[in-house]
Amino acid sequence: MTGPAVEARDVSRSYRLDGVSVHALRGVTLRIDQGDYLAIVGPSGSGKSTLMHLLGCLDRPSAGSLLLGGRDVAALTDGELAQLRNQTIGFVFQSFQLLSRTSALDNVALPLVYRGVRRAERRARSAAALAAVGLAHRLGHRPSQLSGGEQQRVAIARALVGDPRVLLADEPTGNLDSQSGADVMDLLGRLNSERGVAVVLVTHDPSIAARARRRIHVRDGLIERDDADTPGDATSAADAPA
Amino acid sequence: MKVTEAFRVALDALRANRLRSALTMLGVIIGVAAVVILVAIGNGAKREVEAQVEGLGSNIIIVVPGKFEFGSAPSVSRLTLADVDLLGRVVGDRRRVAVTIASGETVSVGSRKVFATVNGVNENVPNVFDRAVARGEYLTGTDVDTRRRVAVLGSSVARDVFGDVDPLGRQVSIAGVRFRVIGVFVRVGSTFGVDRDSEVHIPVTAAQRLFGVDRIDGLAVKAPTADDVEPLQKRLVSALQDKYTGEEFSAVTQTQILGTIGRILGLLTLVLSAIAAISLLVGGVGVSNIMLVSVRERTREIGLRKALGARSRDILLQFLIEAVLLCVVGGLIGIGLGVGSSLLVSAVSPLPAVVAWWSPALAFGVSAAVGIFFGVAPARRAGRLDPVVALRTE
Ligand SMILES: Nc1ncnc2c1ncn2[C@@H]1O[C@H](COP(=O)(O)OP(=O)(O)O)[C@@H](O)[C@H]1O
Ligand SMILES: [Mg+2]
Repeated sequence: MTGPAVEARDVSRSYRLDGVSVHALRGVTLRIDQGDYLAIVGPSGSGKSTLMHLLGCLDRPSAGSLLLGGRDVAALTDGELAQLRNQTIGFVFQSFQLLSRTSALDNVALPLVYRGVRRAERRARSAAALAAVGLAHRLGHRPSQLSGGEQQRVAIARALVGDPRVLLADEPTGNLDSQSGADVMDLLGRLNSERGVAVVLVTHDPSIAARARRRIHVRDGLIERDDADTPGDATSAADAPA
Repeated sequence: MKVTEAFRVALDALRANRLRSALTMLGVIIGVAAVVILVAIGNGAKREVEAQVEGLGSNIIIVVPGKFEFGSAPSVSRLTLADVDLLGRVVGDRRRVAVTIASGETVSVGSRKVFATVNGVNENVPNVFDRAVARGEYLTGTDVDTRRRVAVLGSSVARDVFGDVDPLGRQVSIAGVRFRVIGVFVRVGSTFGVDRDSEVHIPVTAAQRLFGVDRIDGLAVKAPTADDVEPLQKRLVSALQDKYTGEEFSAVTQTQILGTIGRILGLLTLVLSAIAAISLLVGGVGVSNIMLVSVRERTREIGLRKALGARSRDILLQFLIEAVLLCVVGGLIGIGLGVGSSLLVSAVSPLPAVVAWWSPALAFGVSAAVGIFFGVAPARRAGRLDPVVALRTE
């Protein structure tokens, strides 16, 4: 399946802070196709997270339009947006964002709860997702009983349990040691290549950005540069030393 | 998200914070238990008094001087024994008219003393009131006419001054004057800890001399049938007012007494439950407070749930169910505690507590309503949280 999964057309996002407008994004046009592997890079405060939240429909643009699967999100109610998000987007956060008093299995099952999937099926699918990230033996563990790398893998399992078209990861390795980070990156790469999930990851680490096939450089709320590997480069970029 | 799912999530959240949930519920538990207990006591008191008034007998009209009002001091009486004949003519049968003059006096046998209500009565008391003699006999017309010093004892008076000795035919001293015991009443028990068997009946004539008066306190008339009660009531009063011009008299029926008692105790119950309801309200505010804290504490969780596809109403529902669960579970425990305490109160204290069937239902309904009412604000706040802001919260 091809065609744009998410498309941002000249989107801006500004916040009002004590009466002053903060322009986090100032007109970004970006198209993410099915199966893309893309890194958003840029200095801190440049608007990477804001852009990712918009791409993930967690937030609405102040101006410009955002299309998800061809539908303009501006026309959707908050409830419809939540549903669309649930069905098409998977999130991975820097700080994992797992529910602390909940088992790995139930954490992973959370998106399915809001999709109305029955409990038995939820558990089966969540167990499968955990197995896919190599945590089949950790179903009943709580986040506090898991290492950082394992926690992030649980978060990835949660992001992919609903078969999203786009997986958005905001600094997914930011809180991990280099080995765990490498494992997580391998996992994301595999999801992209084996399942065709479009992966968008936010990072300020050039070596991680180098593993993506396309890099969006953001600065001061604008896209400064958008460089894509030629098809031949893809493997060499992915194999670049961490 | 289905309601059952929201229910499960809410239950998990409450279980994760057991101690806090329990403490939050405590306010509701106490409030509901207080409502149930106080209503039970009010209800029990009402039933007890009603049973007592009904137990007096049927179709009784009490005639007293002055205006009959609960709590007001009895008026100075101008009624005399002659009025028995007057009212007897109104009813058409003198035997249907009883008199009373009462005073608290010391009753003693040797060194054994007891303080009891001494009633000066005529021989018609058994015709009017359901007051049975267990042993011996009641006093007669001759006893009254000849001012004979005979006495019928209430069961506790008999027990207190005679112990195991058979009192019949023996002498008893009432206010220092010797009387002969001719009968002992059947035991009737106590109300609100007041012993109703601590009573002595003596001829009204003997009582007047003993107390140094020539009046009587009041009369009691038994109407032949229930239908006669109302017309008779008016005729009795007008007969007395014809005789004592310018004086006021009251004739009250059992139904009126019951109505008055019902109103007084109903009001008392209402006031008590209103006080208890305030504690329930305070409990509700506690729930609201804790829910607000909980929403703040779980801001990130809410943001995450929203990011993963929860709609505002899913979050709202989850927190509302949490609040309602706290109140309803607290309410159920409160009902259990209230019913249990009511049973305990009626078992070990003189207060008769009878749980009204509607009070647990009401308490349950109110606690659920409290949950919804006080849960809505925190739940709405949770539902409205912006996921991005919520996720950024540390
Ligand atoms: N909720 C907010 N209110 C006000 N300003 C915000 C808010 N979120 C982000 N910003 C501002 O927007 C800019 C971009 O933030 P962000 O997208 O988080 O940057 P990055 O992820 O690249 O570090 C920053 O200047 C930040 O302070
Ligand atoms: Mg960021």
